[in-house]
Amino acid sequence: MSTAAAAAKAVDTAPALLSVEGLSVAFDGEHGPVRVVDDVSFTVAPGETVAIVGESGSGKSVTSLSLMRLVDYAGGRIVGGRIRFKGRDGRERDLATPPAEALTDMRGNDIAMVFQEPMTSLNPVFTIGDQIAEAVMLHQGLDRKAARAEALRMLEKVRIPEPARLLDRHPHQLSGGMRQRVMIAMALSCRPSLLIADEPTTALDVTIQAQILRLIRLLQDEMGMGVIFITHDMGVVAEVADRVVVMWRGRKVEEGPVERIFQAPQHPYTKALLSAVPKLGALRGQDLPIRFPLLVVDEAKADATPPAPPVQDTVRAADAPLLEVRDLTTRFDVRKGIFGSLKARVHAVEKVSFAVRPGETLALVGESGCGKSTTGRTIMGLQSATSGTIRFDGVDTATLDSNGQAKLKEKIQYIFQDPFASLNPRMTVGFSVAEPMLVHDYVPTAKPGVSRRRAIEERVAELLTQVGLKPEHARRYPHEFSGGQRQRICIARAIACDPKLIIADEAVAALDVSIQAQIVNLLMELQATRGLSYLFISHDMAVVERVSHRVAVMYLGQIVELGPRRAVFENPQHPYTRRLMAAVPIADPSRRTRDLRLLTGEIPSPIRSLGDEPLVQPLVPVGDDHFVARHAVGGDF
Amino acid sequence: MLKYLVGRLAGILPVLLVISVFVFGFVHLLPGDPARLVAGPDATQRDIELVRQDLGLDKPLWVQYGRFLGNAVQGEFGRSMKSKRPVSQEIGERFMPTFYLTVVAMIWATLAGLLIGVASATKRGRWQDHVGMVVAVSGIAFPSFWLGLLMIDLFSVKLGWLPTSGYGTWQHFVMPSLTLGLGVAAVMARFTRSAFIEIAREDYVRTARAKGVPARLVVWKHTLRNALIPIITMVGLQFGFLLGGSIVVETVFSWPGLGRLLVDSVNYRDYTVIQAEILLFSLEFIIINLLVDVLYALANPEIRYS
Repeated sequence: MSTAAAAAKAVDTAPALLSVEGLSVAFDGEHGPVRVVDDVSFTVAPGETVAIVGESGSGKSVTSLSLMRLVDYAGGRIVGGRIRFKGRDGRERDLATPPAEALTDMRGNDIAMVFQEPMTSLNPVFTIGDQIAEAVMLHQGLDRKAARAEALRMLEKVRIPEPARLLDRHPHQLSGGMRQRVMIAMALSCRPSLLIADEPTTALDVTIQAQILRLIRLLQDEMGMGVIFITHDMGVVAEVADRVVVMWRGRKVEEGPVERIFQAPQHPYTKALLSAVPKLGALRGQDLPIRFPLLVVDEAKADATPPAPPVQDTVRAADAPLLEVRDLTTRFDVRKGIFGSLKARVHAVEKVSFAVRPGETLALVGESGCGKSTTGRTIMGLQSATSGTIRFDGVDTATLDSNGQAKLKEKIQYIFQDPFASLNPRMTVGFSVAEPMLVHDYVPTAKPGVSRRRAIEERVAELLTQVGLKPEHARRYPHEFSGGQRQRICIARAIACDPKLIIADEAVAALDVSIQAQIVNLLMELQATRGLSYLFISHDMAVVERVSHRVAVMYLGQIVELGPRRAVFENPQHPYTRRLMAAVPIADPSRRTRDLRLLTGEIPSPIRSLGDEPLVQPLVPVGDDHFVARHAVGGDF
Repeated sequence: MLKYLVGRLAGILPVLLVISVFVFGFVHLLPGDPARLVAGPDATQRDIELVRQDLGLDKPLWVQYGRFLGNAVQGEFGRSMKSKRPVSQEIGERFMPTFYLTVVAMIWATLAGLLIGVASATKRGRWQDHVGMVVAVSGIAFPSFWLGLLMIDLFSVKLGWLPTSGYGTWQHFVMPSLTLGLGVAAVMARFTRSAFIEIAREDYVRTARAKGVPARLVVWKHTLRNALIPIITMVGLQFGFLLGGSIVVETVFSWPGLGRLLVDSVNYRDYTVIQAEILLFSLEFIIINLLVDVLYALANPEIRYS
């Protein structure tokens, strides 16, 4: 018997906590039932962490909702298979057969769940204490007072500072990270033997994500729970999973121990997925950004190694900077009371200075509230600056008349995060792409004797082809396209008037990894062919490492470190940069953090009372073109 | 909470001032001479002059406004041109019947609307939902004067159970409040249903189910408490409209309320009464709005603390 077969046998005979056999789930569609989960089987042993990975539409979330029969309330139903679950009393039960309402004694008691969106998963009208106590009262029959004491104990367990004060607070008074801790406290309050975590950290900042992942692992060890981790993030998988189930289009395509999945993936989809995952440190030793060596599912079959992608040597360093930002400060007033008196200020951007050279990608990285998006919006003129200068193409933008401002908007274009919200659903794609040309009265170069209308139509067709779509797509409406295709349309719209600078604000954050890699490659290709400059605003360190020539790290409205990508990533100087880097989960199980110490701390708020001006220290050089702020902001941890 | 209330109450004063200016201006904006209007069509020039002096209309406008405001604060609006009785007395007698009728109608309509709405929402797409919504649409479409006449014909004329009209005992309330509340109940049912369906999709409702909360509590505790926020607004608006007095219902059932007073005073061009009524309706709406906001804050902690 080979070792692999022996291992498989061992898994078969291990006393499973949960064993899913041939699970199929269907939803009613327009043309009859649609199977979104098809014949999926896997097991979870006590104390084991199984990750279910897949992209949107893979059926991973529906699978997780089916285990607790919550899918029945969302319009789905189980059409086949068994969900055998061993309760605490040792009795085995098939959760797939009884009516969903008959399982209330099991939900939250034997199996508990943590969801993706901490901001919306807690009921806004009840206090934190009441919400945790509710489960305890339901399942353990405790009275209100005892349940409240238990809630307090759970809040201590998830390491919430000052838990007693939190009991009487409402969800809106807490940050996302704190709310997710409360969700975990609630889920674990009845000591379930299985915890299902559906993308529990996707909506959180990386440093907070690292805290939550460690917390879940620690509590798992303490309580000996089985954990099912639903995620699209291969970095998180590598960090937490013992075994991995890969799902694709409703089916399980591969299953195995985490090391095997990462080192020797078998299924073409797994291979394609892994090729698209940005890995922090992948460009170690490289001076310039390099595109993703992408595999597509069909090619991956033939064990093909993708051709080495070209190096992104596009910076025209000798030319004058395209964009120069000096001491840019943007503040928002916080007004309160019936007379709207000024109570505080949001110090969104504080004395930020940087330059973007022609053909260069400067990444602006940081966590939520660090001011990276406000910086982009201020440059674009969507937000007025409190002070500071912005020079574009050598001209101070503040001195421009309205004509010049319009011209500026033609040369600087913006790509937003949400491709679903940033296209008008009632306009054809062709119109959306053509609109900037109409607004700016941009005349595309055309053959003589061709009308302007015809020239613009030809230009739209050409743009759509350039971003990997078809000319005939121009007549369709946005809802007919997927997220990735819509982001391509937004890119076509952004490059329509031959801009010089594109501000990409989290432009790939909402996309699946394989699509994200394609869009990143498209942006880099357009940079190579058109000499575009990018201001790439992102929270994702691994993507930033792929695309950028230089990096500026922002924290609390200030730039704390600025330098060439290689220098910042390989030799980070500011403590915050180091902390950010350390928090990123790396898609390589052999580099898993063994350090299980709990991390704490919140991202501080940029709101300050009047007169309390933040201290801004100048950036000092620490290497070739590499600068760091020598102050305590974001330091000391 | 107290600070919030004080702030809100302070916010009412400027609104009331603006309204008082409009109400004061109302008489002056009408074509013709207010003194002639008040004195009546048969008055001589001398009578008109006397009225002018009596009402202080010969004084500068701002002095007149000051006097008007001072009197209004004390509930003094002059005398009705038709009955020559003090306006405050005239309105005072009519206010309570309308108020009681409104309260009775609102209570049953709100409860019935909530129940039908929640039942429809939880049984969405099934026969209970269809029946509930057919009833609701009919309630909106049914003309209340016709319903009132039908009920009088059945319960008073044929069966003799209830008095045909008038005001006094609890029996007098049955048909008017049913007629008045029907439209409100129907609107409430539809509104509750859509608010409820929206809230039922929220992530926190799923969280409640994942905790093992039984269906009954998911509906009446987790979902309804959140759906109440838009429902409260709706109740407030409807309440405000009904407090103005329903002209149709009060006419059909000869109810001695504000609605009929308004019709009468408009017919007789009884401007002092109209003036006072406008001021009263505005005040009612402001108070209801305030109550709605307070209820809001009670239902929604986010408003309470911001």
